[in-house]
Amino acid sequence: MEVGQMQRQWMDYTKSLFLEGYLDGQFLQLQQLQDDSNPDFVAEVVSLFFEDSERLLNDLTNALDQKCIDFKKADAHIHQLKGSSSSIGAERVKNCCIIFRSLCEEQNIDACIRCLQQVKQEYFLVKNKLETLFGMEQQIVAAGGSIPKMELSF
Amino acid sequence: MSMAARTQFHVLAVDDSLIDRMLIERLLKTSSFHVTVVDSGSKALEFLGLNENKKIRAETPSAASETHQVVEVNLIMTDYCMPGMTGYDLLRKIKESKSLKDIPVVIMSSENVPSRINRCLEEGAEEFFLKPVQQADLNKLKPHLMKGRVKEEEQVIEPINNKRKGMEESHSPEKTRAKI
Repeated sequence: MEVGQMQRQWMDYTKSLFLEGYLDGQFLQLQQLQDDSNPDFVAEVVSLFFEDSERLLNDLTNALDQKCIDFKKADAHIHQLKGSSSSIGAERVKNCCIIFRSLCEEQNIDACIRCLQQVKQEYFLVKNKLETLFGMEQQIVAAGGSIPKMELSF
Repeated sequence: MSMAARTQFHVLAVDDSLIDRMLIERLLKTSSFHVTVVDSGSKALEFLGLNENKKIRAETPSAASETHQVVEVNLIMTDYCMPGMTGYDLLRKIKESKSLKDIPVVIMSSENVPSRINRCLEEGAEEFFLKPVQQADLNKLKPHLMKGRVKEEEQVIEPINNKRKGMEESHSPEKTRAKI
């Protein structure tokens, strides 16, 4: 595949991520903060997000597994996850966290456990999408091309 | 050269989230601010010189300056929800301090809680930004910073550390990231 084709594929894929709600405008902000002097900025922030999220999801799983659930602690974890997903533009994960929080407030254990599954699902989905996106970017760069600048016009 | 150092504003950003620290640092640097990031209110106070006992480990490019010199900060941006000292606690301590009370403070929060916002503004915060912070939010900062500058010039006080140059801008993000 030649570079122009790869770039178009990248653009189509990126657009789909926005249209399907996986990512929101904040992700575009991240891309705008990346430049020649900070070419890996987005990848760095996103990989931090992956590490952070997986740790938090583990903590949440443990928290909800306890005989006596510490909802306050669970809430603190969700708050963090909501914050970081919001900061990188992972819209579906963020929305899931918002729901999760209110379930936590209600102390509805079964609903919380089901919701945690949802959050995990959304997280792994967006992780997969972003890894695919970065893979495409690496191919473009390896072929000597540059990553196009995303416009908000769609 | 000293003109360039004078016009560049120094922002101290405080946030316990590593991701948010990276973001705010990049955002501020893109807007030509000189930035120092720390991960807690207590570290912020140490950096500002309010706690002489401990040695600071702030993520400042000028880490070499482990002196007792007071570093000039033109603006403090702090997250609200932080373990230990909250952004509100930090704001109060700053406003209670004779040496620091005139530094504008901006609070950032992921939650839109009107009572929280009002409390902070009443305590003296200049602005309250909802996270994630945008470029447009930073544009609101200029008036607050210029106000401080004008006040300074009126009092004919020479900033103690105006020799700090824009060279530190070239510091890579890796070096200024906080330890986890």
